[in-house]
Amino acid sequence: MNIAIIDYGAGNIKNVQFAVKRLGYEAVLTNNEDFIRTADKVIFPGVGEASSAMNKLLDTGLDKVIPTLTQPVLGICLGMQLMCKHTEEGNTKGLGIFDVEVFKFKGEEKVPQIGWNQIEALEGALFKAIKEKEFMYLVHSYYAPLCKETIAKTFYGDWYSTALHKNNFYGVQFHPEKSSTAGEAILNNFLKI
Amino acid sequence: MLTKRIIPCLDIKNGRTVKGINFLDLQDAGDPVELAEFYAQNGADELVFLDISATEERRKTLAQLVEHVAERVNIPFTVGGGISSVADVDVLLHSGADKVSINSSAVKRPELINELSAKFGSQCVVVAIDAKQVDGQWKVHLVGGKVPTELDLFEWAKEAEERGAGEILFTSMNNDGTKNGFANDALAKLSKELTIPVIASGGAGNMQHFLDTFTEGFADAALAASVFHYKEIAISDLKKYLSDKGVLMRI
Repeated sequence: MNIAIIDYGAGNIKNVQFAVKRLGYEAVLTNNEDFIRTADKVIFPGVGEASSAMNKLLDTGLDKVIPTLTQPVLGICLGMQLMCKHTEEGNTKGLGIFDVEVFKFKGEEKVPQIGWNQIEALEGALFKAIKEKEFMYLVHSYYAPLCKETIAKTFYGDWYSTALHKNNFYGVQFHPEKSSTAGEAILNNFLKI
Repeated sequence: MLTKRIIPCLDIKNGRTVKGINFLDLQDAGDPVELAEFYAQNGADELVFLDISATEERRKTLAQLVEHVAERVNIPFTVGGGISSVADVDVLLHSGADKVSINSSAVKRPELINELSAKFGSQCVVVAIDAKQVDGQWKVHLVGGKVPTELDLFEWAKEAEERGAGEILFTSMNNDGTKNGFANDALAKLSKELTIPVIASGGAGNMQHFLDTFTEGFADAALAASVFHYKEIAISDLKKYLSDKGVLMRI
């Protein structure tokens, strides 16, 4: 299986590669369009600030590539947020794959949310054999509200989307590569879609 | 709901763990990777590696260690000790660290916090503060608590937050090593005044101390070293105890 991890210079993405390796697969860090288009699975990670990450996608032309991919694609954390229509962070236009906008947490809770929180109302193949209220590791200040594409939700001051799904595209707000054995199981589910 | 976090801290010297002797289950208690895996499997929510080596080779050795940990450990970890520049952090994050902690270097040059949060995001910038209460005033100390400054703990923590810190790791020098519990009054004040998470450090001696720092100190996470390394407290037992007492835990 060819697994591409999109490398566009947005933060630490080696951990995703390491996690895939722990599952027994080799993944390639790449920004090469041909490799990405022909890969069996594509992972779109991202850590950092939205507008500068989006600029890197624009510079490399990956903003045109990602939305037209046809194989299973998994966006992680900022990757998921950039797959949405728009994010409040840096007032950034997203790739528009998911029909939802991303907002900053406003309320009594501490921001960023850092730590382990529960995912609920799990739907679909990504969460096969994952138990309701499983704990995932999250680090973020911005969130996608609940919408018709929500396949997992989490409570932090209010309910929001911790996973989205549309056609061949999946997005998770949590870090499966850092969420112990349950996170690795979700990553493994994705690789088996 | 977001859980409280339990964080073992591993002191590293020349790529080896300094404490951690009483682990019968480990092949090599001095191997930080094996110890880290052990903690991850036993319920640790995160790990902190604090490098205390002072050799010329330290940066290279630390980066190699970080990469070995990242390959094998499936929970987040923070690396600290002697980090003083954007270039230092770049190497560590690219080797697989999730966060870095900065301490004396941030006091000496506070702009470092702005630079790191702008380049890598606040989420990976932990500002560690060692402070000691002298005549009722909490004063920031440097170089592992040896050198006093005139900086006030609460003012410095607020400034660090405003400059872009993602978390504050507060170690009370009055409590550290005493095993008499965490500095919960100061922690509660920090937690109230800041909008970012606060990690309690210094003073853990028994399970009640962890309960107190979450319920009275309003800490978001608690860090300890010797009680875990010397197996006085097993993390799995601690988390069950806290959960039974009503503290949200990942079990």
